[in-house]
Amino acid sequence: MVLLGIQNTTLAITAVITGAVLVFAALLIARLIGPRSFTQKKGETYECGIPTRGESMAQFHVGYYLFAILFLMFDVETVFLFPWASIAKSIGSTALLAVGTFLFILVLGLAYAWKKGALRWK
Amino acid sequence: MFDFSVVTTWFNDLLTVSAGMPQWLATTIECVIVGALLLLGYTVLAMFYIMYERWVCAWFQCRRGPLRVGPWGSLQIFADVIKMLIKEVVDLWKTDNFLHKLAPYFVLIASVVVFACLPWGKGLQAIDFNIGVFFMTAVSSLGVVGILLAGWSSNSKYTLIGAMRSGAQMISYELSIGIAMLTIVCLAGTMSVTGLVEAQQNGWFIFTGHIPAIIAFIIYIIAATAETNRGPFDLPEAEHELTAGYHTEYSGIHFGFFYLAEYLNLFIVSGIASLLFLGGWMPLHVAGWDGFNAVMDYIPSTVWFLGKAILVSFIIIWFKWSFPRVRIDQMLALEWRYLMPIGLFNLVLMAIIVSMGWHFAG
Repeated sequence: MVLLGIQNTTLAITAVITGAVLVFAALLIARLIGPRSFTQKKGETYECGIPTRGESMAQFHVGYYLFAILFLMFDVETVFLFPWASIAKSIGSTALLAVGTFLFILVLGLAYAWKKGALRWK
Repeated sequence: MFDFSVVTTWFNDLLTVSAGMPQWLATTIECVIVGALLLLGYTVLAMFYIMYERWVCAWFQCRRGPLRVGPWGSLQIFADVIKMLIKEVVDLWKTDNFLHKLAPYFVLIASVVVFACLPWGKGLQAIDFNIGVFFMTAVSSLGVVGILLAGWSSNSKYTLIGAMRSGAQMISYELSIGIAMLTIVCLAGTMSVTGLVEAQQNGWFIFTGHIPAIIAFIIYIIAATAETNRGPFDLPEAEHELTAGYHTEYSGIHFGFFYLAEYLNLFIVSGIASLLFLGGWMPLHVAGWDGFNAVMDYIPSTVWFLGKAILVSFIIIWFKWSFPRVRIDQMLALEWRYLMPIGLFNLVLMAIIVSMGWHFAG
């Protein structure tokens, strides 16, 4: 079913433009009717009144990176599983065998990460 | 059930046949109208949700909530919006200016596009790809890019920590959402939103898929709470640790965008929950009860969809007042050690049930 006979891609682009227009228009209105004042202190980083020390765009805790890598692996797995899931009903037990093998190899990976302690927050 | 495609077809004919417009002009006009309606629906719902949460919170804490402005404080939100609009948008010196300005666009566009995919009623849905729910997960994961950009470009330690936590949380729980979706796609045999809703005509998936569908629903609700950064998973914005998390350095309406998207995302995840498990806009039908089914059909489809979404949102808001905030190691352990293995196991269980034909006929 297609709304108004318009291609879905066109409608998706319409939605993207709508979001952009919402942000742009609201910012424009705020710039037009909002007050503006300029003082030295105003543009400083807010860290509860204490002057900020050092650079904030710094290197960061590696733990987050590890989880991002794990996420990448499992997200790609989800991408592979979606086409399988949409036809699993029609191909019956073959689907079961296929996904069983796939998931078994994947779970081995998860078990390895678990054993190595990658799932523990340090 | 009233089919809204009657209205849209009539409108299209009015433009192309009666007014004799060329097709490109008619399409442009229709796209502008669709965009305007999306904008209207988006902002009105966000306003409603902000008030809704305040009322529910007040109710849980035995206080009266917003009361002064308008009847039962219902005009409070308009006052808030105007206040936010007339506040100054402060430009900070040390920010990465381009990325700082770009971040709200990412967050809002991701949420508007997913919002456009929701089925509001029969024939009342803006974007209807045949890969519907897959498209939704793909687009909604763009939101996390906006949050990471906002945190990093602000050049403040609070925002950086908030964004990193938020990123880790959102990408982790996205997996569980994806696996819960897969479970239902496996049962329905289709990814299109229309197909999913129509497959639930004789029984919602939470009933026809019995045990695995209920497990998937519970996993989905927990993961959706974390995905929207709401309590008990609101550690990216834990106010006594991080001021306001990734949007500390945004002021006025700039902050308002994140606020708007946060509340709309609450509606979106509830809408997807009602689409996947509770039949979307499909009325409640019980096999054999023809009189009951006929009465249920009189309630408009939009009311069904909104009612289910608001009910699911109520549960998500309820979580906030029932559980204390989790620590980051607990949050990651919950996802990686419990929800995801259970979700994968549940998917296999659903595959077995579907291939053996043990699910109830839908």
